Amino acid sequence: MDTTSYNNPEQGNQEERLWNYIDGTATATEKTLIEKLIESNAEWKEKYRELLEVNQLLQASELEAPSMRFSKNVMEEISRVHIAPATKSYINKKIIWGLGFFFITMFIGFLIYGIGQMTFTGGEESTLTKNISKVDFSKFFNNTWVNAFMMINVVVGLFLLDMFLSNKRKEFRKQA
Amino acid sequence: MSTGLNDNEIISKVLSGDHQAYAIIVNRYQNYVFTLTLRMIKSREDAEEVAQDVFIKAYKYLADFRGASKFTTWLYTIVNNTCITFLRKKRLDIQSLDNEHVFATADNIDSGMRANIVEQKSKLAMVNDAIGLLGSDDAQIITLFYKAEQSLEEIAEILGLETNTAKVRLHRARTRLKEKMETHYTEEVKNIYN
Repeated sequence: MDTTSYNNPEQGNQEERLWNYIDGTATATEKTLIEKLIESNAEWKEKYRELLEVNQLLQASELEAPSMRFSKNVMEEISRVHIAPATKSYINKKIIWGLGFFFITMFIGFLIYGIGQMTFTGGEESTLTKNISKVDFSKFFNNTWVNAFMMINVVVGLFLLDMFLSNKRKEFRKQA
Repeated sequence: MSTGLNDNEIISKVLSGDHQAYAIIVNRYQNYVFTLTLRMIKSREDAEEVAQDVFIKAYKYLADFRGASKFTTWLYTIVNNTCITFLRKKRLDIQSLDNEHVFATADNIDSGMRANIVEQKSKLAMVNDAIGLLGSDDAQIITLFYKAEQSLEEIAEILGLETNTAKVRLHRARTRLKEKMETHYTEEVKNIYN
């Protein structure tokens, strides 16, 4: 009896390919290849038969049933419960936008404050490109509050990016 | 009470005030929900309590179901979350329960008596027993795929995984199930394969 199929990469791969074939998730090319292997190779044929048997048993396996009173108990319980309003209806988008506006304003405020704290030691040449190299950024970036606030904004930014990307992925999946 | 209605029609009825229509949903899915909770929680008593909790939660938040996915996918997501919360509360290891102790107990039964019991067991009961010996994660994914009729994409949504990860997990779970069957039900498996 084989109990080491998962330790044997070759066999693991064979099983995985056969499961893909049985589940119908193999590509058309892979499907044709596996069909040929099953026909021509005794080892593949035997393994396919085994997996197919397990698959059929799993499909035919029975569901467990709860006690006879289950449904009645649930209905009794829900008579004491009220359906909550949909989340969408009580999460006001204006509040979300308001919070976003607040954070952005705070960020800009800190930025302006930080820039105001910097020492500009420019000479007579007053072009921005020449002066920017003389700006003392150390005061700005050594400010703990600014650093902390920047960090919060980075986290919030990453969170929003993650939300955006997962929404995109869902849309892509739906289209596919 | 008509049972020919589809899930979305029943939900609309419940949301418009016909609370008794929810009984159709409960009757339709109680075995699926109970099987899933039992696969994760292992104790019948606790599984029944959690399954009830799942239906109550689903009822309470029914207005949040907007039909973007199948109702069952939404319901099984609640099953998954409720089971995880329960197991956390009970401080059980939900990753991979080693069920060898089950066999240690089973081995203590007189071998003749055990053989007799095993003989009486049908193939299907053996499969169910073998699933029961798997870790919660493996048992859950097998049940979702074979019994709850969820596609790999839907399983991924329920468990919060990528589809490919769900696929790999299913492969691993089936391999481990086969190994359990071959190790603990050697004779029966021989008969099945031959």
